[in-house]
Amino acid sequence: MILHTAGENALIAYLGEETSPEISGRVQAAALAVEAALGDDLVDLVPSYASLLIIYDVMRTDHMSVSSRIREAVRGAQATTVSGEGRTVILPVYYAPESGEDLETLASNANLSIDEVIRLHSDMEYRVYAIGFAPGYAYLGQVDERIAAPRLSTPRTKVPRGAVAIADRQTAVYPAVSPGGWNLIGRCPVRMFDPDADPIMPVSVGDRVRFEPIDRQRYLDLGGELS
Amino acid sequence: MSFRVLQAGILSLLQDSGRFGQHRIGLTNGGPLDPDAFAWCNRLLQNTAGATAIEISFGGLQLEAQVDTYICVTGALMPLRINKVEKDLWHVHPVKAGDIIALDFSQEGTRSYLGVADGFQVEPSFGSTATVMRESIGGLNGDKLQVNDSIACAAVEQRRQLYLLRKHQPHYQNIATVRVIPGYQQAHFSRLQQRLFFSHAYTVSERCDRMGYRLEGPPISCEIEGILSEGICYGAIQIPADGQPIVLLNDRQTIGGYPKIGSALSVDAAHLAQLKPGGTVHFAPISQHGAHNAIHLAASFQNRLPISELE
Repeated sequence: MILHTAGENALIAYLGEETSPEISGRVQAAALAVEAALGDDLVDLVPSYASLLIIYDVMRTDHMSVSSRIREAVRGAQATTVSGEGRTVILPVYYAPESGEDLETLASNANLSIDEVIRLHSDMEYRVYAIGFAPGYAYLGQVDERIAAPRLSTPRTKVPRGAVAIADRQTAVYPAVSPGGWNLIGRCPVRMFDPDADPIMPVSVGDRVRFEPIDRQRYLDLGGELS
Repeated sequence: MSFRVLQAGILSLLQDSGRFGQHRIGLTNGGPLDPDAFAWCNRLLQNTAGATAIEISFGGLQLEAQVDTYICVTGALMPLRINKVEKDLWHVHPVKAGDIIALDFSQEGTRSYLGVADGFQVEPSFGSTATVMRESIGGLNGDKLQVNDSIACAAVEQRRQLYLLRKHQPHYQNIATVRVIPGYQQAHFSRLQQRLFFSHAYTVSERCDRMGYRLEGPPISCEIEGILSEGICYGAIQIPADGQPIVLLNDRQTIGGYPKIGSALSVDAAHLAQLKPGGTVHFAPISQHGAHNAIHLAASFQNRLPISELE
């Protein structure tokens, strides 16, 4: 682990350098250990692909004390890496040009049929690497290289809620209407962020996600909208 | 019992001290851009720290009191009138049902705080009433104040009329020195680039909001273009491809992939948020220990300022 200062009350722990389930597992283990070690001195944690941002209460403790407690906690945690844990969540997706405006372009750029794009996207099991950007926005990886696609040069000002999208080798379901530059390939009727639901999000960092293709009728039956 | 919004102003938001511990579901902090002025508002009103107040950006808010209570306005120099009579800022005033409270446009600084005795009564979301419009969370329905909104509060019969002497009130010039704690990807900025960053003045661009203040000046280049997305703390200074720094504030997104040259000291980032477009910013380096010291000194200084009381 490499521990850097991030800000006046924040440290960032790097547990690797690339996107992999193994490194993500280490981040998960470190997050649990740091949470236990810092107790009430901890304000917030942001686990991401290969790093863990740790924000502490500067009125209760200091940098030196927090750094040494983090080092010790992470050392202990690495012995019991939890990369194999986490739930598998199935998310239904209606993949079609009418629900995914970029599906046809993505397929033709990749020299694949639309059905092949759908198969490649839904055959893979993804890992939730990070949550951020917007409430409930889960970064899932990694997408099959054949359907990886760069972000749009001009982002859309309005991406609908439930849009299933690809950017490079990441994929995500938009939790709410928002601007966005990812390639849209379908729509998911499951709400990714619902403040009134329990749990608020169907996934958390470290979970596995599989997409299950559904047809238009099933999508509408599940409460999906087309607009 | 409540206050009714007659004019919403440009951007008036209900805020408490912010939303913490929710980054893991992607929620940012929100909360007052100038926590110092916000804290004074509640302190003068003898409220619990962090009671919900209204953050007014630029001015233009008008409320009608529908209750007898006390109010206080701190922060930017926005002339306050109660029933057309000018009243002092940083001063607790009684209001009666039917009174019209008007805040004019700011003459100095950009953010002020209007608080009420015992705070506005707003249902918290995720442990906080802080409004973050980008997330549609907090405040009244996750939005800024609108005409005819009704903001609940208690009727309060007695409250000491405390105030802060003018000589102790902050001045909001359109210039700020922002001390920067080295961190994150600073090692990926060459010495020359760091020197450039710390030795030139930057100007606040038109694109400055609660998410972040974008600055204009000599472009800073980084040896790396992007990084694997990672957590962004309050005050982090991103350097995107165009080399123009962005100081990330209360409503920032919680993760991102641009390299960061360091992070602003919170007390200075709060001054930055009082600047208008065109304001001048200088960056100065400060060590982690220096930052720790500065935060505690600032807190101690605030606690020791004498509060006055109207006889």
